[in-house]
Formats: sequence, structure tokens, C-alpha cells
Amino acid sequence: MVSHHSCDVLIYVERQISYVLRTVEERKVKLIRFWFTDVQGQLKSMAISPVELEVALSEGVHFDGSAIDGFSRVQESDVLARPDPATFQILPWADGGTTARMFCDIYNPSGTPFEGDPRNILRRNLVKAQEKGHSFYVAPEMEFFYFKDGNSPRPEPIDSGGYFDLTTADVASDLRRKTISVLESMGIPVEYSFHEDAPSQHEIDLRYTDAMSMADKIMTFRLVVRELALEQGLFASFLPKPIEDVQGSGMHLHLSLFDNDDKNLFHDPEAQYGLSETGQQFMAGLLHHAPELTAITNPLVNSYKRLVPGFEAPGWITWAQNNRSSLIRVPITKRDKESSTRIEYRSPDPTCNPYLAFAVLMAAGSKGIEEGYDLPKEVAQNTSKLSNGEIDTLGVKSLPRSLNEALEAMEKSELVHNAVGEHVFEWFLRNKRSEWQAYKSHVTQWELDTYLPNW
Amino acid sequence: MTESFLLFPDPAPPEVVRCLDLADYPWTAQDLTGASQLDDNWTGAIIDLSNDPEDGWQLCKRLKRGDLPVEPVLVLVSGNQLPDMQLRDDLYDDFMITPFHPLELEARLRHLLWRAGRGARPEVLSYGPLTINIDTYQAEVDNRKMDLTFMEYELLKFLTSNPGRVFNRETLLSRVWGYEYYGGARTVDVHIRRLRTKLGEEHAHLIQTVRSVGYKLGQAR
Repeated sequence: MVSHHSCDVLIYVERQISYVLRTVEERKVKLIRFWFTDVQGQLKSMAISPVELEVALSEGVHFDGSAIDGFSRVQESDVLARPDPATFQILPWADGGTTARMFCDIYNPSGTPFEGDPRNILRRNLVKAQEKGHSFYVAPEMEFFYFKDGNSPRPEPIDSGGYFDLTTADVASDLRRKTISVLESMGIPVEYSFHEDAPSQHEIDLRYTDAMSMADKIMTFRLVVRELALEQGLFASFLPKPIEDVQGSGMHLHLSLFDNDDKNLFHDPEAQYGLSETGQQFMAGLLHHAPELTAITNPLVNSYKRLVPGFEAPGWITWAQNNRSSLIRVPITKRDKESSTRIEYRSPDPTCNPYLAFAVLMAAGSKGIEEGYDLPKEVAQNTSKLSNGEIDTLGVKSLPRSLNEALEAMEKSELVHNAVGEHVFEWFLRNKRSEWQAYKSHVTQWELDTYLPNW
Repeated sequence: MTESFLLFPDPAPPEVVRCLDLADYPWTAQDLTGASQLDDNWTGAIIDLSNDPEDGWQLCKRLKRGDLPVEPVLVLVSGNQLPDMQLRDDLYDDFMITPFHPLELEARLRHLLWRAGRGARPEVLSYGPLTINIDTYQAEVDNRKMDLTFMEYELLKFLTSNPGRVFNRETLLSRVWGYEYYGGARTVDVHIRRLRTKLGEEHAHLIQTVRSVGYKLGQAR
């Protein structure tokens, strides 16, 4: 006999499906986009008409996985996309609200979850954490640039505004305001937004949610920001370092753990900075495994041009309460705000695959808790100003300085291997290695300018 | 007051509650003493006899032949209670064996109500500027259609059908979500926040936070 539990789930799914079908009919939705994410972190989409929807909801949609980065295994390339009706959402900006989207989970034809599906990988890690009573919460600070268009040889900023500038010259502020209102109407609450340090750079901070919804939200966020910019004839970019002499775009992540009784496991009013032993061990896990995770959190050749001293990005594996050069910061929380105790992991950039990034961060933090890692000493000094001798005395290690170094660290990592699984581990390394090779053999303009006149 | 199903015993069996909530049937749990004092218009009664058959049958007697006429009456019995049903045919309109499939309960209720010549589901819920059409799953605020996800819709519907009542997070999780979720009790906060965002600045206050307890929508009527 079917258990009560699975009956409940069945009824829920049935009602969710009827909710979707009825809403499509009532709101005259003409197109339903099935979204999923490839291993690189690019959003992929298939369009379904309302006529096909009912069958697609109950049976899923077959497609050829070899067309998708990281899905390809030529001999058995067929996969099945099953939409998650809980993520059904009308896209308010698109086609007058007649387009909707659903995120999909990818399955093998045999019905088992597909190993190459990032959403499935994150879910597996979250379920494992939930078994220990841990719910993982994330709030990202999304940074990006608006440029004049995507086709010029060099990206051209549209203003020269600075931090918190509010002038008529800030032509992007209207666009940012509109973007926020679209995000909010899609249920993506925004905490803060402002013009960043660099010309044309903006930051939008999202309110924390559980890791799975947040990964979905980041995928939605990147699309909304880019599409709304395009509507204005502008180009939005999440590239970590688009302009060499100004600071790049990061995606600082505020992380916290809650238990089943809704208690913030990082909170302990008696401990230093209000951060509990569990919080300290989680942080120690991240610090210990940081080099292995970096290829996932900073996946491009260009990512490592952001992680250089002097541009408010971390280069050394350190933590501090308030030091913008450290990898992890422990933000000050108000006394009565127990729920806001958290740590801020500052190296990731907005080009990472959020599902994979959250999966490896959760795995590293959990490992720290399981093994009771000791937290290294706080480094309060600005590490970007320290000499090599001083760094040696502190005994501080560097984050990988290039994609190549990051891949070498990842290759040796059992932790990352277990968190993302063999399929993605192998594909990611292979793909990124060839990316590195292509970059390494490229003769750059800098080399020509510097060397050609004299040699 | 809106019509609701009388549930026996009090507290009501959780699997019955979940099923009624999912099917949008309002209900009120009563024990024998509580039921005697009530003079509401009941939609019908669901009597679970498996734990307290004596009081349960007593209640059936009063509902079917006595001072508290309620129709229809559905009784839930366990397999080994079947012999007790002999000579009691006049005390119920239909019966079901426990444990039951939730869809069966829903189907039987629908059929019983149809036979009695009525449908008991409220079709439109409203509170202030808020209107929720249960049949079409559409929610509107100030006549503006809201773009909700399924869980946001369910949460809004639940709060709106119990205006002024304060629910803690655990209750909302078990009554609205009722099954696996990855976010723990914070999930509720996250959804409340999203609902307020979608209600818009002007109406966000419809959902109030009751400090260190939980949430409520509007005031009791």
C-alpha cells in the first residue's frame, strides 16, 4: 500500500499541476518556458505551447542532452526534462505577461536523476544536510556593469558615477529601479541596491532564502538584469573584471545555517563576535577547503583578474570581523537580531554556477562541523598591503591565482568530487582545462604592444 | 460564520485535517460536550471512531436522530470495528475504513454533498482589497491580478480563509506545506516576505507579523 506520506506528495503535485494549467488558461499565457542550467551555469530554455503543457507536466519532455554543455555523453545522450510546477511563474516583463517559466529537473530515460543536472546536485547536498537537521540559507550581493553595447571592442561605461552617487547623470538608476520592481513582482525581494565604486557598476543585494530557491533566483536575476538592459539598448555584464583598472564584479555570499526548530546555528551571544562554535567550524571548513572550491566559485580565466590585491577582492585565505581584504567576514549583527548572524564568503563572482557553488560551499562547511576543524587566527590587517615576509609570518595561504591553479587544487579534492559527483567533476575539469589551454596559447595585445617594437 | 465540517474527535486526526485543507473544506473539531452546545450550520460531519468509539457513536446518534441534525455523516472505522456497524445503519450516511487514501475521502465527501444537493466549497474568498477565486486559482488585490507561485497562492488562501487568526510557523508549515521542504521553518518567513512584496507597498501590511508568535492576515470578522 502507498504510504500516507507519498499520497500527500501525490495530491500536492496534482494540485500544483492543476494550478499551473488553470492559471495558463485564465491568464491567457501563450508560451511556457522550461528552464534548466548547464554545468557552466548558463540558463537553457525550451518553449512549450499551452496545448503541449499538460502532457509535458505529467511525462516531461525528452531532448538530446549532447547539445548541452556538461550533459554530453554521446552514447546515451537522451535526457528527460521534468518541470517543477512549484516554480511556475509568469514573467511580468515578457510579452505583456503572456509568457511563464518553470524550472526543470533533468532525468535519465530510466527515471533516475541525471548526474549532470546542477539542480539535482544541489538538492542531493541539501537533503544530506537536512538529515542532520541543517537548512542552508544564502543571501548574495550581485554586482554587474551596464555598458553601451555588447559589440564594441572594449566595454564602454555609460556613466562615471561613484559609490552612492545620486545625480541626474546616473542614467542607469531608472533602469535599476525598473529592474528591482520586476524582480519584486517575481517574488525576488531586494534588500539594498546602489551604484558601486566603479563607473557604470551596480549592486543589488537579495534577501536571504534557502539555497535551492536562491540558486533559482540567481538564474532568474541574471536574465532579468540583462533582458531589461537590452530593452533600453544597453548591455549588462556579470564578467568579473571587464575593465582592468577599476574593481571587478563579485558575488559575496552571506551564509547561515538554521536547525529544524528555526534556531540560527551560527548564533551564540556568549561567543566572540556572536558566532557559535558551529559557525566557527563551518567557517574553518570553508577556509580549509577554499582552494579546492575556487574553480567552481570563480570559473573563468577572467575571474582571477578580479582576485588581485588592491581592488577590494580577497587574494589570501583569511577571516576577520571587518576587513574587506579577507576571504571571510563576520558581519556585525544587532543584539536582538539572532536570525541575522551569518558569515560573508567574499571570493565568488556572478559567473559561477550557483547550484554547484552552493553545493561545494555547503559540503566544505559541513565537513568543518563534522570533523570539528579549528578556526585559524583572525587576520585584522589589510592583506593587500602586506609584504611577502609579513604574509609568511602570519602563515597565510593564497587563493589560487589563476584558473590553472584552481583546477589543480580541485583535481585533488575528494570533497568537491563527492559534492558534485563523478560526471560533473570529470566534465568540468576537462572542459576548463581546454579553456585554460586556449587562453595560454593566445597571443595578447599586451604582448604585441610591449614586445613587438623591440624584438 | 461560514459553514464547516464538524470533525470528531478534538483534536482532529491530522490525516483528515490535511485532506480537508487541501480540498478547501473548512472544518471545526469538536468533542461530544463541545458539539452539544453548538448550533452552527454544519456542512456535514466526519466522525473518526477508531480511538473513542463510545463517544463517537453517541455523537452519531444525536446527529442522525436527536437534537443536532447534521447531514451527511461520514464515519471512519478501523477494519476490526466493522462488526460494530451491525444494526447501526441509521447512524451514518457513508463509511470508510482507516487508514484511508486521501483522494477517497475527498471523493466520498464530494459525492455525499452532491447527493445531499449541495456543493460546500466557498468559491470566492475575500478580505478587504483581496479576492481569491478558489475555482480558478486566481488572486487579485485592488482588481490587479497577482502573479503567484503555487505555494504563495496556498499560503495566501490559507491566511485569508482564517482572517485575524495568528498562526505560528510550525502550524503554517504543516497546514500549508504539509510535506517535504528544504528550507526548515524559515521557509515560511521567506514566503511571507515574497507575498508582501507581491501585494505591493500599499497592501503589504495586510499580512502582519505577530512578534515571537507568527503571522496573521487582517482582523477577525
